[in-house]
Amino acid sequence: MKSAVIVFPGSNCDRDLAVALELVTGRRPAMVWHRETELPDGTEFVGVPGGFSYGDYLRSGAMAARSPVMRAVADAAGRGVPVIGICNGFQVLTEAGLLPGALMRNAALKFVCRDVPLRVENSQSLFTAGYNAGETISFPVAHHDGNYQADEATLDRLEGEGRVAFRYLDQCNGSARDIAGILNDAGNVLGLMPHPERVVEPAHGGTDGRRLFEGLLETVAA
Amino acid sequence: MKARVFVTLKNGVLDPQGKAIHHALEGLGFRGVNDVRAGKLIELDLAEGTGDAEIEDMCRKLLANTVIENFRIERLENAEA
Repeated sequence: MKSAVIVFPGSNCDRDLAVALELVTGRRPAMVWHRETELPDGTEFVGVPGGFSYGDYLRSGAMAARSPVMRAVADAAGRGVPVIGICNGFQVLTEAGLLPGALMRNAALKFVCRDVPLRVENSQSLFTAGYNAGETISFPVAHHDGNYQADEATLDRLEGEGRVAFRYLDQCNGSARDIAGILNDAGNVLGLMPHPERVVEPAHGGTDGRRLFEGLLETVAA
Repeated sequence: MKARVFVTLKNGVLDPQGKAIHHALEGLGFRGVNDVRAGKLIELDLAEGTGDAEIEDMCRKLLANTVIENFRIERLENAEA
């Protein structure tokens, strides 16, 4: 699988994501700087990493969402290329309008940094094929603005269409309906606050995240 | 020519920052506050001829996230204001 990781000034999980992708796919991803206007030819998967793009100026993800490369990412998403946004990447995808809702300051105003149990709500998506529906997994979170909010109609639609991919079993940020990760309507864009790329080998203390990338690889290769 | 853009959270959107400020005011002994909402003020120094429609476009495309925020534009015709 030919993957690309987007790099903004202030991204800090881009290398972690690249290492995880190389481990699972056997191929080093292209690191694509935010000023680029195109993704490498034949890109089959795009990762928008965590971090503090543009220092979180204005709103988390706001500046990055308007950078040149995001037009190319939106085009790729429109063609059905799988796109994942992790943490700051999730904030960027909502700011870019690729996912509904917004990520606000954590309800307790604290930066949360710990492992959280999550329930896999939908195992039918490109990104969750490696899990069983209803399964409990554990990913670390590390964020200040992970409080997912959207209007009631949007939340109802996300639930009704099976677009809540992951839900917190231990509420850590005040998210509406304990939402940790959501899919777009076509199912090829996932945004989530927890970090699957930080639990891909036993030395990390867990490998639950590895299955996300393995499931994706299998689905893309099929 | 200058313009001020006020970006505020929509009604009903939880404002943890406002709540913390409110709590801190109470801690200082100020009892007369019912609620606090925090927002942003963005000042634009504009080139001559920049129209209202363009400023609104700036707000919609970048300055405010209209999923959760409202914006209000105030033009200051007098540059020294």
